[in-house]
Amino acid sequence: MPEVTLTIDGRTVTAPEGTTILKAAEAIGIHIPTICYHEACTANAICRMCVVEVEKQRLLQPACVVQVREGMVVHTRSERVERSRRTILEMLDSAVDLSDAPEIQAQMAEYNVNHNRFPGAERRTPPVIDDNPMYVRDYAKCILCWRCVQVCAEDAQYTFALSFDGRGFHTQIGTFFDLPMPETTCVFCGQCVGVCPTGALKPRREWLLEQGKTPDEILQMSRTARRKSRRAQR
Amino acid sequence: MSVETQESVDLTPLRPVLERWAPQGRSGLLPALLEAQTHYGYIPSAVAAQIARSLGVPLADVHGVIEFYALLYDEPVGRTVLRVCTDPACALRGGERVLHAVCALAGVEEGGTSTDGAITVERSPCLGHCNSGVSVNVSFGRPVRNITFAHVTPETVGDLVDGRGRTTADFWSEDYVGGDLCIITPLCGRGRRTKLFEYEAVGGMQALRKVLSSMTPQQVIETMRRSELLGRGGAAFPTWAKWEGAAKAPGQPKYFVINADESEPGTFKDRVLLEGDPCRVLEGAIIGAYAIGASRIYIYIRGEYPLAIERVEAALQELREAGYLGERILGSDFSIDVEVRSGAGAYICGEETALFESIEGKRGFPRVKPPFPTTHGLFGKPTAINNVETLAQTPYIINQGPDAFLRLGTADSAGPKLLCVSGDVVRPGLYEIGFGITLRHLIENLAGGVVGGKLQALLIGGAAGTFATPAQLDTPITFQGLRAAGLTLGSGAIMVFNDRRDLRDILRRLARFFAHESCGKCYPCQLGTQRQYEILDRLAEGQPLPGDVIRLQDVGWTMTDASLCGLGQTAASAVLSAMKHWPDLFTNGSARHA
Repeated sequence: MPEVTLTIDGRTVTAPEGTTILKAAEAIGIHIPTICYHEACTANAICRMCVVEVEKQRLLQPACVVQVREGMVVHTRSERVERSRRTILEMLDSAVDLSDAPEIQAQMAEYNVNHNRFPGAERRTPPVIDDNPMYVRDYAKCILCWRCVQVCAEDAQYTFALSFDGRGFHTQIGTFFDLPMPETTCVFCGQCVGVCPTGALKPRREWLLEQGKTPDEILQMSRTARRKSRRAQR
Repeated sequence: MSVETQESVDLTPLRPVLERWAPQGRSGLLPALLEAQTHYGYIPSAVAAQIARSLGVPLADVHGVIEFYALLYDEPVGRTVLRVCTDPACALRGGERVLHAVCALAGVEEGGTSTDGAITVERSPCLGHCNSGVSVNVSFGRPVRNITFAHVTPETVGDLVDGRGRTTADFWSEDYVGGDLCIITPLCGRGRRTKLFEYEAVGGMQALRKVLSSMTPQQVIETMRRSELLGRGGAAFPTWAKWEGAAKAPGQPKYFVINADESEPGTFKDRVLLEGDPCRVLEGAIIGAYAIGASRIYIYIRGEYPLAIERVEAALQELREAGYLGERILGSDFSIDVEVRSGAGAYICGEETALFESIEGKRGFPRVKPPFPTTHGLFGKPTAINNVETLAQTPYIINQGPDAFLRLGTADSAGPKLLCVSGDVVRPGLYEIGFGITLRHLIENLAGGVVGGKLQALLIGGAAGTFATPAQLDTPITFQGLRAAGLTLGSGAIMVFNDRRDLRDILRRLARFFAHESCGKCYPCQLGTQRQYEILDRLAEGQPLPGDVIRLQDVGWTMTDASLCGLGQTAASAVLSAMKHWPDLFTNGSARHA
């Protein structure tokens, strides 16, 4: 495959054509932060944490999808880049419960995020949805990275149980007419839980333990639930 | 709500809808949902499920689509839905008072439905009647009809219920069309559609005849290149380059798309063209389709423009009967037809890739570019997409030649241009001008000058535009002239504010518009439009917080620099320009309404 040579933060890099800036930088040990990006998912350039400054480009460029070109000059930590990343983190922090998102917490520390940057800001605080025996959905922690929707669809499972409610700031991941998960096409493969970066999707047992339930109590609860469902089937 | 509880819904009316749209698969989703809603008033889950099965679309995706579009409902709404425009142009004429009157009439807050189920009240983004007083879009009756009323006052809101006022002239919007030139608007602004034979009587359809009888596609593109026509939708991209890109791109079929999703606040030129002289636009599109070798034309018209949709369909019928559309048109080897698609309440679908997604039956999320539409457009195929006004210019270029077109403008800005003037002027309306006139000539001579006070500010380019001050009135209206003054022409909307208006209230309305219309895909826009609105809301209430100026700048520049599409990239444009011109506005609190 033909190779192209470019400059990232003053260092010369050679990478095969079609490589993203993200991967080319990674190859020489330059880390570009990402939130929505996941190796197993189609990159959609949603979170814009990975934006970098490319000379002769008016706008910042998302490194996860923009491919390297010959002679490209990339700056991954310019002032504009830093302002955008910090502001994105501060806005996210002002909207969503990030207490279960260790990677984003580390980024917030690195970018000196002010946790009270947006006083009086509306937060997304929908109630926890506990509608199936396998996992709970706490969308107050959801950052809309799309990973769960993607793995439920063409990126992995082809189950198509998930889509979006609303739009803009008031978007939330949802099912067909907000049906409880067992009434949807969900097959409980667990892939959505596996790719969720913020604890918005969580195995129910883990969640119950966090609520202070003991393993014995949890076992008792699941036995009761099984009895009930058997009775309902009769 | 579960599927089972709604099994009582009678699915019989759905049958013809599905017969019509199921063959298109997922692409038929939005039209099927819109048609179903005219029968049921909303989309019951049993109806959505049946549509999903017939079109082969996952259930969750169908619901996701319903949830995306403001004109689709997944639960019952009032028999009359009143959508009151409170964006800047209507706000200057009392939009907020009309909204309050409608709420009082229904006895609900905005967004609510009266207890008897008669009326639902919504606050609407700009409805594109900015030259004619407060406008209200009304859905009523079964099957549901949709009409946009203009000149509404608090006293007359009662006449909108059940669409009653449609039989009087009180709410009729007669568009004022004027200007220095009359090249593309000679048949507009007369309160009715120009019929095909009338358009033909003044030389209409001659350009298409000329193209099909004596020009190769490459010659058409070359003519367009020499005309230097730049797209009139806002991005000012060379039209010929789009056509050549799509013509040369490998892959079949190819599509030609007319972007008639005009929703930029303050903009109504495309509506006036489509309502008054649709054949001219369609002629331009057929020529474009011939140039790129397209096998189908789509026209995507904003859902809040029911009259434009109706008249375009009538014009298409005439064009088919006259042999300008269909198989082997005018005896040539070229066959083409046009399919009308209605939007459903989403400004973002004016973004070209979001528009493709919408035609494909998805939520209107903009795509990452590249790849560009010319190679990977509608259904992933080579596509040319042009604005309505751009196509209305095309017949003249073909008929009179590129040199005649060039003479109508300046060295860097070719041809005539439509400008939508609204707000505090004597004659709000649509003005056709040649590039090169000054803002002063437009405002003082053509539009009759400022009313209600002295000129305070112009907002050029709509919500996504920039503010200009009275000191900039002698700026020539050309792409470069405006750019040099730090302005942008955008869609050609020019809103005028006198010195008694509180610009903070205007800024709040612009911010609310973007927060409402952000699709939510990329973080800077999804979060930034909301935060920007919150800050400007408290500023307009006279209660800014310390640090709000820096906060607004950080949010604004982050959206501008890092957003995925043009919506987010311009969502702070007006605010940032206002901060530059009038820094004091952002520090001294005051609560005055526009």
